[in-house]
Amino acid sequence: MASTVIHAIYSDDDVLMNAVKEVRKKHLHINEVYTPFPVHGLDKAMGLAPTRLAITAFLYGCVGITVATLMMNFIMIEDWPQNIGGKPSFSYIENMPAFVPIMFELTVFFAAHLMVITFYMRSKLWPFKKAENPDVRTTDDHFLMEIDATGKDGKELADFLVTTGAVEINLIANEA
Amino acid sequence: MYTLSKNLKLSAIIFMVVGFVLFAVDYVFLPKTIADIEAMHAGDAHGAGHGDATVADAHEADTHHVAPDDAHAEEGHVMTEEEHNEHLLAGYQNKPWSAVYIAAFFFFMISLGCLAFYAVQYAAQAGWSPLLLRVMEGITGYLLPGSIIMFVLLALSGFHFNHMFHWMADGITDPASDNYDKLIAGKSGWLNVPWLLIRAAIFIAGWNIYRFFAVKFSKEQDEASDNKSHKKSFKIAAAFLVFFLYTESMMSWDWIMSIDPHWFSTLFGWYVLAGMMVCGITTIALVTLILKGAGYLQNVNDSHIHDLAKFMFGFSIFWTYLWFSQFMLIWYSNIPEEVTYYIQRIEDYNLPFFGMLVMNFLFPLLILMNSDFKRVNWFVVMSGVVILLGHYVDIFNMVMPGTVGQAWSFGFVEIGSLMFFFGLFVLIVFSSLTKRPLEPKRNPLIEESKHFHY
Repeated sequence: MASTVIHAIYSDDDVLMNAVKEVRKKHLHINEVYTPFPVHGLDKAMGLAPTRLAITAFLYGCVGITVATLMMNFIMIEDWPQNIGGKPSFSYIENMPAFVPIMFELTVFFAAHLMVITFYMRSKLWPFKKAENPDVRTTDDHFLMEIDATGKDGKELADFLVTTGAVEINLIANEA
Repeated sequence: MYTLSKNLKLSAIIFMVVGFVLFAVDYVFLPKTIADIEAMHAGDAHGAGHGDATVADAHEADTHHVAPDDAHAEEGHVMTEEEHNEHLLAGYQNKPWSAVYIAAFFFFMISLGCLAFYAVQYAAQAGWSPLLLRVMEGITGYLLPGSIIMFVLLALSGFHFNHMFHWMADGITDPASDNYDKLIAGKSGWLNVPWLLIRAAIFIAGWNIYRFFAVKFSKEQDEASDNKSHKKSFKIAAAFLVFFLYTESMMSWDWIMSIDPHWFSTLFGWYVLAGMMVCGITTIALVTLILKGAGYLQNVNDSHIHDLAKFMFGFSIFWTYLWFSQFMLIWYSNIPEEVTYYIQRIEDYNLPFFGMLVMNFLFPLLILMNSDFKRVNWFVVMSGVVILLGHYVDIFNMVMPGTVGQAWSFGFVEIGSLMFFFGLFVLIVFSSLTKRPLEPKRNPLIEESKHFHY
């Protein structure tokens, strides 16, 4: 089935914010908004769910500290408990202060790197990815709101979007 | 304007009276002579009231134990029972003094930490905090009485009313004396009573002068038609911070580290500073929540609380970082002259020493990590109370091993003096909050603060 979308282009982030609110009031579906820089409060205005990236980072940190503890416990205490400079290698807890820097660093390492990789995967970013940019100006100084217009009156929608301050409106039909 | 409610005033006074009574009762029952200690160990009749009796018994059996920080004990010297009892007695004699000293320092430290945070707000021209400046001014109202009490306690030690500071003992720098201690004699250029008191007077004067002028300028700014006074506040805050960092560091050597005069640590000043800042910020958060709960400070919103909680979280971790840096370096290199400090704490103060890590690090780390929790008032209050108690234990661990040693316990003298100073602190802080409107009128950043949103 053929689907149509409307690309409404704005030249100011404040106007964009108001437009997003207006469009949401009309119960139109916003597919995506493209901006050249982060617009504070845009996610709230669009009603996007809060990110759970911080929670994943906490869990990755827990993994990191577990890896560090198990690794050093096996190497330093269980596998070959040598006397190195008189450090007590009888149990993990006795020699723990010496392991803390590594435990700390691995916690940070796991939390940071795995969170970044999670971010790349969730936002589908990789080196040879084809850029999904509907209009090159949105990386410089224009803001683009993409609205689902399937089965809607394009003319009426365009007129409404002009009242919200859009400087340019394009109707795009995708043949499926 | 905030008015001090009768209930609060009465509760504060009740705290002080009950604290004083508890202190007095326990003071009467503390062992006063060697015979008392022997009797305490001989049967449980006298010892039943003291939770530490069993601890002392356990140590009595262990005659090979050498008190690590004891200047009288030579290396490898085995203590006889009489010597051990004498040692315990000296500890018991210091116990009430140390309890008062710890509680006095703890609340003094809160107001000084708060003053430093207050100066940082001006120096950094922070836009979120002007709504809280009056709360900070209120808390620093305790600085003058608190620092005078500290000075009096130091002077009393200097005039031999107690033996908390071993380096103040008679004849300690005199080679002809039995008390002669070569190491302490070598430090007597810095560690002598007149110079200690002069330094303390300079520090206290400097902090209080800053507090006086800071309050004066902020008063003037409220009535002024230009921002001249605000600029003065900015300059004096920057100057104070320089003075503060030097004097705070020296204060921590003088008032805390010199209790263990054979031991030294280079980052001790920062370590005390970190504890001070956490306590100051936590108290700001608690007082703000109390005032807000009572219907004052209408403009303070969740974002302000969130920011304070972030500071509590951050400085708790900073404190832990310094605690661990000090501990781990000494533990790792294991140099006898440094490591005795920790050996004594781990052997004799195991629970408070490691317990405070849970209270000061683990608990705030897990509770205050979540951004949503930092906006929930009772979460902030709960972690704030734990943090404050944890830092009381921190001061306890810094002072008690050097003054009381194995004779420590957490008894009525400690609880009583903590309650007394708590009552005094609440009374002074909340009455100084009544002196001025809780919201600055003409602070150039106040509008930003009112609309602060994170």
